[in-house]
Amino acid sequence: MVDADRPPQNSFEPGIAPSPERSAADDPALNPAIERPILEIEQLSLWYGAKQALKGNSLRIPERRITAFIGPSGCGKSTLLRCVNRLNDLIDGVRIEGEIRFEGRNIYDPEVEINALRKRIGMVFQKSNPFPKSIYENVAYGPRIQGITRKATLDELVEKSLRGAALWDEVKDRLDESALGMSGGQQQRLCIARAIAVEPEIILLDEPCSALDPIATAKIEELMEDLKRDFTLVIVTHNMQQASRVSDYTAFLYMGELIEYGETGQLFLKPMKQQTEDYITGRFG
Amino acid sequence: MKPSASQRQRDFLGLSMTALCGGALALNLLLILGLLAIIGYQGGRYFWQKDLLELTLADGRRLLGEPHSTEVVPAPERPGGELARVQMRLGNRDLTGGDFQWVDEPSVVARERPRDAVVLERLEWGNFYGRMVELRAGQRVIASGSDAVWRDFGPLHRRKSAERAAIRKLERGPIGEVNLAIEKLRLARKRLALDAPPPAELERGQREIDSALAGRQAEYERLAEDLFRRREALLAETLVMEAADGARKEIPVGSVVRALRPNEMTSAGKLGLYLSRVWEFVSDDPRESNTEGGIFPAIFGTVMMVFLMSFAVVPLGVLAALYLREYAKQGPLVRMVRIAVNNLAGVPSIVFGVFGLGFFVYTIGGSLDRLLYPEALPTPTFGTGGILWGALTLALLTVPVVIVATEEGLAAVPGIVRAGSLALGATKWETTWKVVVPAAAPGILTGVILAMARAAGEVAPLMIVGMVKLAPTLPIDGSFPYVHLERKFMHLGFHIYDVGFQSPNVDATKPLVFATALLLIVVVTGMNLVAISIRNHLRRKYAGSAV
Repeated sequence: MVDADRPPQNSFEPGIAPSPERSAADDPALNPAIERPILEIEQLSLWYGAKQALKGNSLRIPERRITAFIGPSGCGKSTLLRCVNRLNDLIDGVRIEGEIRFEGRNIYDPEVEINALRKRIGMVFQKSNPFPKSIYENVAYGPRIQGITRKATLDELVEKSLRGAALWDEVKDRLDESALGMSGGQQQRLCIARAIAVEPEIILLDEPCSALDPIATAKIEELMEDLKRDFTLVIVTHNMQQASRVSDYTAFLYMGELIEYGETGQLFLKPMKQQTEDYITGRFG
Repeated sequence: MKPSASQRQRDFLGLSMTALCGGALALNLLLILGLLAIIGYQGGRYFWQKDLLELTLADGRRLLGEPHSTEVVPAPERPGGELARVQMRLGNRDLTGGDFQWVDEPSVVARERPRDAVVLERLEWGNFYGRMVELRAGQRVIASGSDAVWRDFGPLHRRKSAERAAIRKLERGPIGEVNLAIEKLRLARKRLALDAPPPAELERGQREIDSALAGRQAEYERLAEDLFRRREALLAETLVMEAADGARKEIPVGSVVRALRPNEMTSAGKLGLYLSRVWEFVSDDPRESNTEGGIFPAIFGTVMMVFLMSFAVVPLGVLAALYLREYAKQGPLVRMVRIAVNNLAGVPSIVFGVFGLGFFVYTIGGSLDRLLYPEALPTPTFGTGGILWGALTLALLTVPVVIVATEEGLAAVPGIVRAGSLALGATKWETTWKVVVPAAAPGILTGVILAMARAAGEVAPLMIVGMVKLAPTLPIDGSFPYVHLERKFMHLGFHIYDVGFQSPNVDATKPLVFATALLLIVVVTGMNLVAISIRNHLRRKYAGSAV
């Protein structure tokens, strides 16, 4: 089995037979060929109190590609994503085992400075969460925290970030207005602009389009294609069409377990696992 | 389909409950409106000049004054069993000893409104009702006869009023400063003796101070002499008045605030008089142990005390709430602290006053005096009630309100907004200070508004930590260091009680109670409006924010 020191309870969920071959490091269903992994997740387990949400998963995330996590609600895809910038640390009673290596270094090493880490691994949330400040101040917030105070530098960064999030033309005349007056899609792109303003290496997107209409969704998807040139993107989505449209690699999780991970085309056209096929064809989930 | 009997019954119950709830709300509104209407009417009436009435009674006596109120009393010996009485405000306290007199309606045989009846508002002894007889400069008669005196009185009175204002400026300005300087030198001399330097140095220092003191003393005497002369000149011209009963009174023109012939005045003229009296009320110092004049020092004291209290309570309450909500581990201990804070809001306010007296005034103030002002002892400087201690006592009283409101404001900031800030690499403190607190600012201001309203109306604790019936000086004035936090202050709430129930002339001051209460409402509302407009500005700025 995967992990000997895992607590005995919840290690077996009725109805889910642990795949006998899944621990094998050379399982082709879990180990696509990835040239330059920027993140290496190694045997990652997570417990919310007594409940295990992640069960010893390993996967490698490629640099400057879009990786999608899919799976039914409660499968642990968002939890896995929030492990990457250690946002789960904030929740009381969370216990994490395993490693996530970012550029070869374990981010759960006690010497890692969390704030510096979060600056390099940005995040966009499911529900847009602009600060109750002006549009300008929202984008300038991260750079200001990093100690940038020069107005000209900030102006430049704000414009660059808003352009990067395809928002500049819509808001350039009302930068001083409250961010909360924008539409939902604009707010979400503002959150993307805010994330890229601190120039991270990785951007985590946690179901960024789940609250948006199709047009706003299409804009964000288009934007992700552009962002891929400069950033590594990891997106959690419960929309399989979206995953197949935008991502290069897809990981399918079920009940806290990584079932299959591979190139998106491969995974959607010729899944190697029965469960994956059942899920993407809509037989459950 | 026809509704069943039970359905009809339920409908009826629903309707009647709706009506009951609506009725309760209407009753509340009615009570509030009634309160405002009564206070507004009674308070506003105080400034209106009524016509003067001259009554001739059956026994031949003549009374001149303003009808103040009327009532009907039971009188079994009379036909109908009732007797109507009118209360006349007759003034002339210096002649008759009282201001008011009840007159039985049946005993009035004639009532007139004499054109030349005059009411004088005086600096001392209250109003005088009568007719003008003579204007004198010393023994020389300048004018005589009611109309001639009236004509000549106006310009002379204007000159004298200007002179009176100048004298007051002299008293407040140069003379006050010289007195303060003398007091400072005296304290410096005492301090020098307390410091006990080597005898030679002590002697030299004392000599220096003494010579400065002598210079100041001479300056004071020169000013005082000037003041004395001018005061004498102010009172040189006198007005001879004749009361309705023929008694005469010589009144210095310089001591008259206003002279009016109400029966000759037009409505517009009375309206102008009304406004000028309102202005005098809010801008002037009180006279005659608070029964006349204005209440500016009380307004000033109330507003300044509330501002000082806000400066103390906001940091204290907001920081405590931040710790409770953002940093403390939520558990039984925090719950207990929260309960204790809430209960603190229910402690009777006089208890806070006693605490303020024991802690701020005696302990902290006493220590400050021993450390910083030993030369003034045994006269206390901070070791007695003052506006600072009053404000701090009320800050303790209102801090629970601010803590509770701030906590609610903080709780309403969504967790995802905090996560957004943390995800950008901000620390917990940066997130709290730059995102959470601004977002909770409207909630915090709500707490401040409630605290200010409470503080402005609180009287009991202040009575023992620094509020006085009559403060000779404002807590802010032109003499260094300009803000005098140790000074005692006047307060509108206490003023209401004082003029209404502690005054020697209760009948005359009853309307003042309403006028002062009205002003207290206006001041509290005004301060709240300022705070509310700031809050609304913040809300607009962060449109759609949580609180």
